Amino acid sequence: MWFYEKKLQYPANVRGCDLNMAKYLFAQYGGPDSELSAAVRYLTQRYTMPIPQAKALLTDIGTEELAHWEIIGTLIYKLTEDATPEQLRAAGLGDHFAQHDKALYPHDAAGVPWTAAYIQATGDPITDLHENMAAEQKARTTYEHLISLTDDDGVIATLSFLREREVVHFQRFGEALMLVKEHYEHKHIFY
Amino acid sequence: MHDYASMVEMLREIQALEFAVYDLALFLDTHPCDRRALEDRNKLVNRLNQLRKMFEDRFGPLRLDSFESQFPYRYINDPWPWEIHY
Repeated sequence: MWFYEKKLQYPANVRGCDLNMAKYLFAQYGGPDSELSAAVRYLTQRYTMPIPQAKALLTDIGTEELAHWEIIGTLIYKLTEDATPEQLRAAGLGDHFAQHDKALYPHDAAGVPWTAAYIQATGDPITDLHENMAAEQKARTTYEHLISLTDDDGVIATLSFLREREVVHFQRFGEALMLVKEHYEHKHIFY
Repeated sequence: MHDYASMVEMLREIQALEFAVYDLALFLDTHPCDRRALEDRNKLVNRLNQLRKMFEDRFGPLRLDSFESQFPYRYINDPWPWEIHY
């Protein structure tokens, strides 16, 4: 089970209203390589991991991804808080406003709704861990794109933190992959 | 507001400490026999629990199973994490 902790994992401050940036940030809120995809991917795959290290890692990284999802949601919330419908429309968020007002509905930067088709869980731990390493790299790249789209120091600080977490997760998944391979190479014959 | 400033300051300390604990937890998931990492983790957890208790006594529970709450129940109080200026 989970308990909610009433705090963000990392501070999220914005300079003021920036609707274009809010729109771009939806990439990491409900896009293919979003924090939501990451959380659902890892928390789904963990059941079919063969060793304790991998079960623990997928549970803990999956949980951290939910905290990152909350951070992205907070940035979008703060960047859109003071916007009028006219301003949202001018920034290309008129479609969003029509269906969701300022609600944090999970879709990507272009408004495409989130789908489980973005993720995979094959039941093959080696395949799944490779998928996860690729996912971390794709998210790192997306954060680099997002950082180059803003000059808001607060947003940059938060996105830089999230980018660094992708690097750490990639490293940990690589270690888990190595441990799973060792597990399969070891002969489980007792005679 | 003075109280708000000290709430944010303390919350940021908790964020930093809890982040260190979490990052070490991921490391320990794949390195359960690393004694130094485990000792660091244990030290940080003790400090985190002390700090969290101090914060919660002053500003209300961070979790719904935190230490006993004063009356009335303060967990629901604003600001929620997305409303705070850090």
